Amino acid sequence: MSDKPEPEARPERVPAMQQLLDNPFLLLFIGITIPTVLYIVWGVMEIASIPVAP
Amino acid sequence: MTAIDASYPGSRLAAVFRTCRFTGLKVDIAAQRLIKANAVAAVIFLAVGGLMGLLVALTRWPAVHLLPSEWFYLVLTGHGANVLLFWIIFFEIALLYFASAVLLGSRLAAPRIAWTAFGLMVVGAIMTNVAVFQGDSSVMFTSYPPMQAAPQFYLGLILFAVGALLGVGIFFGTLVIAHAEHTYEGSIPLVTFGALTAAIIAVFTLASGAIILVPTFLWSLGLVAEIDPLMYKVVWWGMGHSSQQINVAAHVSVWYAIGALTIGAKPLSEKVSRTAFLLYILFLQLASAHHLLADPGMSATWKIVNTSYLMYLAVLGSLIHGLTVPGALEAAQRRNGYTKGAFEWLRKAPWGNPAFAGMFLSLVMFGFIGGISGVVLGTEQLNLLMHNTIYVPGHFHGTVVAGTTLAFMAMTYYVLPLIFQRDIIWPKLARWQPYLFGLGAGGISLFMMGAGTLGIPRRHWDITLTDAMHPFDLPSGGFLMMGLNGLAAVIASAGGILYILITVGTVLWGKRLDKGDAPLAFPLHKQAATVAEYGSHATVKLPGTIILVSVFFLSFVLYYFVNWKYLSEIWLLR
Amino acid sequence: MAISPPRNRLWWNEPIERVEVGWIVVAFLWGLFMFVFMIAWHFIGGQNLSTETYRVTPAAYEEKVTAFAEKYQVGEEAGGVPVVRPPAGEDVYLLARLWEWWPVLELKKGQSYRIHLSSLDWQHGFSLQPVNINISIHPGYEQIITLTPTQAGDFGIACNEYCGIGHHLMTGRIRVVE
Repeated sequence: MSDKPEPEARPERVPAMQQLLDNPFLLLFIGITIPTVLYIVWGVMEIASIPVAP
Repeated sequence: MTAIDASYPGSRLAAVFRTCRFTGLKVDIAAQRLIKANAVAAVIFLAVGGLMGLLVALTRWPAVHLLPSEWFYLVLTGHGANVLLFWIIFFEIALLYFASAVLLGSRLAAPRIAWTAFGLMVVGAIMTNVAVFQGDSSVMFTSYPPMQAAPQFYLGLILFAVGALLGVGIFFGTLVIAHAEHTYEGSIPLVTFGALTAAIIAVFTLASGAIILVPTFLWSLGLVAEIDPLMYKVVWWGMGHSSQQINVAAHVSVWYAIGALTIGAKPLSEKVSRTAFLLYILFLQLASAHHLLADPGMSATWKIVNTSYLMYLAVLGSLIHGLTVPGALEAAQRRNGYTKGAFEWLRKAPWGNPAFAGMFLSLVMFGFIGGISGVVLGTEQLNLLMHNTIYVPGHFHGTVVAGTTLAFMAMTYYVLPLIFQRDIIWPKLARWQPYLFGLGAGGISLFMMGAGTLGIPRRHWDITLTDAMHPFDLPSGGFLMMGLNGLAAVIASAGGILYILITVGTVLWGKRLDKGDAPLAFPLHKQAATVAEYGSHATVKLPGTIILVSVFFLSFVLYYFVNWKYLSEIWLLR
Repeated sequence: MAISPPRNRLWWNEPIERVEVGWIVVAFLWGLFMFVFMIAWHFIGGQNLSTETYRVTPAAYEEKVTAFAEKYQVGEEAGGVPVVRPPAGEDVYLLARLWEWWPVLELKKGQSYRIHLSSLDWQHGFSLQPVNINISIHPGYEQIITLTPTQAGDFGIACNEYCGIGHHLMTGRIRVVE
C-alpha cells in the first residue's frame, strides 16, 4: 500500500485507519463509549462503593 | 449570484441552492437561513453575557466593587450560562450546519426539525435567563445540589440541551445525505472532520447534561427526595467540561478554515491532523475529571487515568495541532512568496485582516495561556494549589475567551460576507477589533491566574473578608491582580462591543454582495476559490514554526516544574 | 484547502513530514513523562490528597465534631467559637456550614493530625491561606486527610465553593504553634 494510485485510477483498498476516520458513526460509538465507561460508569461505581462511616 | 433549483429524487422537499461567487461553494438556502438564525442568536447571548461579565469584573476590582452581593452572585450565574453555554453552542450549531451542508455542497437534513431545535434552544435559553433574573436561582453555572434553583432554571437548560442535541442530529443526518447523494468525492474535508469531532463530543456532553439535569429538575419540583452531591458533580461535569471540549474541536477547525480562506493554507498532512482529532474523540472528554481532583471519594487510579486523558493522549492531539496549524500557515505563506529568513512569512501575514489576526491570536493564546494552565491545573496533585481559586476562571478564560470566542469572532468576518452576503462595514475599525479583544482576553486570563496562584477564591464578593467571623488578610498582590483584571475586562469589553456593533451593523446596513460583483473588504486568498489543487503539502522547511513550537515547549516544561516546586513547599498531606 | 475533500483518495498513505514526526515523538514522550510523574509523586512526594472517605449523615457528623470540640477545648474566640487543641496524632474534626468553619483549631508544627472534613448543609471549599491548600467539601461525605503543618502562625480558611449569599463571610482559623 505504499504506492500512491491516482484518484479513480483503479479500485483501491482503503487502509483500515482511513476507513475508521471516514466512518462518522463508528467514531461516534467509540467517542461515546470510552468516556461513558472510563469516566461516568467507573466514577459512579467509585461513589457507590464508599463505605459508611464507622 | 445565481440561484439553482435542484430537486433530488427521494427527497420530499426540493432544496434550493445558490453558488457562492467567492468560493464556488454550493449553498443550500435552507441551511443558510438556519446558519443566520443561530449566528444571530449567538451574538445576542454574547452581548448579554459579555455585559454581565464586565459587571462581574468591575465588582471584583477591589477599588470599584460595583454591584451589591446579591446582584453580584445573580449576574455571575447569568454570565456563565449566557456565554459559556448559549453564545458558544448557538455558534457551534451554526458551524455544524456550515461544515456539513455548505462545505459538502449538500442539502441540510430536515430543515423543519432544525428550526424546531432552534426554537427549543431559544425558549430554553430565555427561560433560564428569566429564572436567573427572578432572583431565586443564583446557584452559579454549576448549580451544585443541595443548593437549589427554581424549576424553570433547570427546565430551560434541559430544553436548550435537547434542542442542541437535535441540531447535532441534523449534522449527522446531513453527513449521511451528502454521502448518499455523492455531493463530494472521497473523505470529508478536514474542517468538516473537526466539526464531526465537535459533534461527537457534543452528543456525550448533552446526554450527560440530560441525565443529571432531568432528576435535578424533578428534585426542584419536589418529586425526587434527594440528589447526591458527589454523583451530581461527576455526571454534571460530563456536560460542564465536555461542553468546553466541543469548543476546542470547533475552534481548531475554525483555525484550519481561516488559514485556508485567508492565505490558502492546507494541512501539512491529512493523516496527522485527522489523527490529532481522533485523539480528541477518544480521550478529550475524560478531562471532566479535572473538576473532581480535590473531591472526596474518587480513587487515585480513577483520577490519574481520567485526568491524564489516558496518558495525555488528548494533550498530544492539541500539541500536534499546535505544530500543524502554524506549520500549515508558514508553508502557505512561503508558497505565497514570503521565504526570507525564519519569520518573513509571519511578518508579512495579513495582519490587517481581522479574521487572520483573530485566528492567530486565538491560536497563540489558547496554547500558551489556556493550554499550559489547563494541563498544570489538571494534574492530580498540582490541583490542590489552585482548585476553586480564581486561577480556574483564569485558565478557562484563556481557553474559552482568548481561544474559542476570539476564533469565532474571527470566523464571523467570513460568515457575514459569505452567508449573510453583506460586506463588513467599518473595515478600519474591524481591523482593530481582534487586537483589542485579544489584549483584554489575554489580560483577564493572566491576571486571574496570577491572583489565583496567590490564593484569591473564585466566585467571591468580598476578598477583604472584613465582615467575616474570622477575618484575615489575603495577599495584597492578589488585590492588585484583581484590579488589573478589571482593567483588562474593560479593554476586552471595548473589543466585544466593537464586535457586536460591526456584526449588527453589517447584517443591517452592510453593502449587499448578492448582486453585482463588488469585491470583499477582506479578500479571500485566490486559492480559496479553486478546489482543484489539493492534498497534503509538499515537502517544505518550516524554521519559523520550529522556533515557535520550541519556545512553547520550553515555557510548558518550565511552568510545569515551577508548580511542582511550589507544591513541594506547602504543608505535608497524605 | 482544509475546506474541501482531500484530493488524494488514499491520503492515509501519504508520507509524513519529518518535522511532524519529530514533534509527535517529543510531545508523546513529554505526555508519558507527565503521566509517570503524577504516579511517581504518590511515592516520592509529600503532598498527595488522601482518598479515605466515608458516608456520614450531617447530624452524625455534627455530633462527632461537637464531642471532639468539648473534649479538647482550651479557649474561646470572639463570637463564642471554641478553640480546640487536640493532642498530636489525634483525630481532628472540622465542619463546614453556612457560613463558618468550626471550630478554631490549634495544631503543633511538625506534628501529623488526621483531619476529618465534612459539610452540614451545602458544598463548601476548604481553602487554607496563605498556604494554598484547596479541597472540596461535600455534605454526606466525610473525608480524612493526614496533615502536617510545616510553618507556625495564624492561618485563615476561606470558602472557595460558592455557598449562597453569605459565601464571602465564611472563614475559619487554624493556629499553628511551635
